[in-house]
Amino acid sequence: MEILFSKSRSLNYLLQSSRTCWHHYRNKSAAIFFIPRRFESIKAGEQLDVYNYKEDYHDGHDEHQTLNFPGGKVPITSQMKFISESSEKRLPCYRVLDDDGYLIPGTIFEQVSKGLALNMYSTMVTLQTMDTIFYEAQRQGRLSFYLTSTGEEAINIASAAALTPDDIVLPQYREPGVLLWRGFTLQEFADQLFGNKADYGKGRQMPIHYGSNKLNYFTVSSPLTTQLPQAAGVAYSLKMDKKEACVVVYFGDGSTSEGDFHAGLNFAAVMEAPVIFLCRNNGWAISTPVTEQFRSDGIAIKGQAYGIRSIRVDGNDALAVYSATRAARQMAIKERRPILVEAMTYRVSHHSTSDDSTKYRCVKEIEQWKTAKSPITRFRKWIQRNGWWADQNETGLRKNSRKQIVEAIQAAEKVEKPPLTDLFSDVYDKMPSNLQEQERFIRDTIKRYPKEYPFDVPQ
Amino acid sequence: MASSFRRIGKLASKNQSWRYRGFSSIVETPNKSGDQLSPTKSVNLFSAINQALHIALDSDPRSYVFGEDVGFGGVFRCTTGLADRFGKQRVFNTPLCEQGIVGFAIGLAAMDNRAIAEIQFADYIFPAFDQIVNEAAKFRYRSGNQFNCGGLTIRAPYGAVGHGGHYHSQSPESFFCHVPGIKVVIPRSPKEAKGLLLSSIRDPNPVVFFEPKMLYRMAVEEVPEDDYMLPLSEAEVLREGTDITLVGWGAQLSVMEQACVEAAKEGISCELIDLKTLIPWDKEMVEASVKKTGRLLISHEAPVTGGFGAEISASIVERCFTRLEAPVARVCGLDTPFPLVFEPFYLPTKNKILDAIKSTVNY
Repeated sequence: MEILFSKSRSLNYLLQSSRTCWHHYRNKSAAIFFIPRRFESIKAGEQLDVYNYKEDYHDGHDEHQTLNFPGGKVPITSQMKFISESSEKRLPCYRVLDDDGYLIPGTIFEQVSKGLALNMYSTMVTLQTMDTIFYEAQRQGRLSFYLTSTGEEAINIASAAALTPDDIVLPQYREPGVLLWRGFTLQEFADQLFGNKADYGKGRQMPIHYGSNKLNYFTVSSPLTTQLPQAAGVAYSLKMDKKEACVVVYFGDGSTSEGDFHAGLNFAAVMEAPVIFLCRNNGWAISTPVTEQFRSDGIAIKGQAYGIRSIRVDGNDALAVYSATRAARQMAIKERRPILVEAMTYRVSHHSTSDDSTKYRCVKEIEQWKTAKSPITRFRKWIQRNGWWADQNETGLRKNSRKQIVEAIQAAEKVEKPPLTDLFSDVYDKMPSNLQEQERFIRDTIKRYPKEYPFDVPQ
Repeated sequence: MASSFRRIGKLASKNQSWRYRGFSSIVETPNKSGDQLSPTKSVNLFSAINQALHIALDSDPRSYVFGEDVGFGGVFRCTTGLADRFGKQRVFNTPLCEQGIVGFAIGLAAMDNRAIAEIQFADYIFPAFDQIVNEAAKFRYRSGNQFNCGGLTIRAPYGAVGHGGHYHSQSPESFFCHVPGIKVVIPRSPKEAKGLLLSSIRDPNPVVFFEPKMLYRMAVEEVPEDDYMLPLSEAEVLREGTDITLVGWGAQLSVMEQACVEAAKEGISCELIDLKTLIPWDKEMVEASVKKTGRLLISHEAPVTGGFGAEISASIVERCFTRLEAPVARVCGLDTPFPLVFEPFYLPTKNKILDAIKSTVNY
């Protein structure tokens, strides 16, 4: 250490912050701001001439002097300077609409037609209504469990609207709006929640574990982040098949602490897989706030370390989410690369019906995000100001969607449960002998103790 | 997660320390490939695996082979020549991350591909445990058969090599035998390895395929050069006998075979069964054998407590209680981490098996 320091101009260089230059987020066409870089790799084994400083040494940094490592050429410096743990300024958040639904002057975004805007708005409202009524149904004891997307409607609907039906979605669990946008009916939602015969999952999983092969929406599984490395594999398949499509994988801020987050991003980057990693940074992982989850400035900045282009957007601004997802999709498909999108938002709801979030966070804070910062309200102000929407439309929409959801619940409740044989099918493609034996055993037991088993499961 | 000691297997054949196991040529069995006229060639186990991978990639353009160091041929040479022949897009190195390898493979398989993933040593499969147990195994069931990852095959070398210590020797099969939705397959010889691997790759369910790395270079046998498959979930009687049934799999069968030969010299007739597929396993064949012999011995390298031998023992006692002449014997690894210097003490060796055969027969 002594030798290294002896000619250093000042120890003040130590621990000096490196200034990270954030890309400008006025993305006319996002791609033009980026120059794809792939470091030229060289063979290991060449002699490294670390003492070849010459006169450039006194500048402390010389672009012309490089060291060849297996990962490529690296410039040398005489300054022992650690990279700062954070940049001086936090990564800005891309926004199109301000809090009152006014377009921010000079903002560049994807134009949204009246038809699309109204479709987006009405689907957000339907999602909100669906959440309200299903949540109430759980509180009444008609459902065993539910989990709402309240406050995150714009991320759900606007990202979905920016995709095509061929894009494949790997959800976490707070993205039913994507499925709603793609045409999953309210009846299909209700059937899953009640685990009846019409549930595609055959009543095997808890409520909200939706999935639809037809709509390219992988079935929800409870373990967090497992879908991220899988998304890289799905995307690699799309790339090999030369499909004009990408994968969109959703996850939350808490998920980024899992090992699979690292696995997923690193694999996608290395395999050059067309995946959009869409993080809903809603501030809370059940009761754990982001301040207890990581020390970084959120999620988007992590992308660069993986060699992944990234953006932070206002998740409560439907136009920003839509524009960013469109741009991300285009880059992912055209350039065969992963993109990381961090959508900043707030989980207005409790984590689930098994949670009471007022025990660990301020009610006033929740209320503010629920009302003043609602993504639905903001988007409504914009469409209303455009003359595309009026109060009477609102009344009709809400009344109609509420009616449809209530009817869906009533219908789903009446449908019988899946048959007993579905307990044993689909473990493998064909039922092995041990399962056949166990099915016989269960059927025999039911005959002797019929009252001990649910009467509504057909045998 | 993996150690820098990964090339251990390459050295296995040059190292003398495993010789105490006294490997002898594997049991002769009739050609079950269905084509008796198929030309054969004498090859070792890693070459047989390599043949199977060549055939799998050649016969299905939607098949992929990948894992750590797979591109240059793999640390055990199982993937030699694949990248040159099929290209780096279908045969490739992955980052050093087992949960990533299996997660990626599940996604690939879910898109109607055959994803053949290599975990460099079975000892390093545990970071991928969640992906295997919670994802791959339940993929079909949880979606009501809307999605499946049946094209997934995870290959991993397992077992003792004489100098592998804790982390290049383990036999973790029983962890996976507790997971409905996957299959666990372990071959005993080159010919079996090729046929069973091709079946595993083409089976419409995810398969964990453990390869006995002790045998990669040591076991040599005539292997049909053609494409052939051997059935999963079907055990095989390697040696017929009347006094006691021995059940095992993988590399342990050669040790058991030697014990059977020794026992025969003392007038004891042993029936030796290769289970091949551990789940779902061929209970019926073991049951029929035990009903004939009245005695059962199970042997595996994994620790005895909670090993798959316990499951076989319990199942056979349930089915054959009145026919059993003696308690079921288990000759297995000790309940210690797999030790380096003490490996000869740890392993279920020939004489331990021979003693157990004699005490069971003379019970």
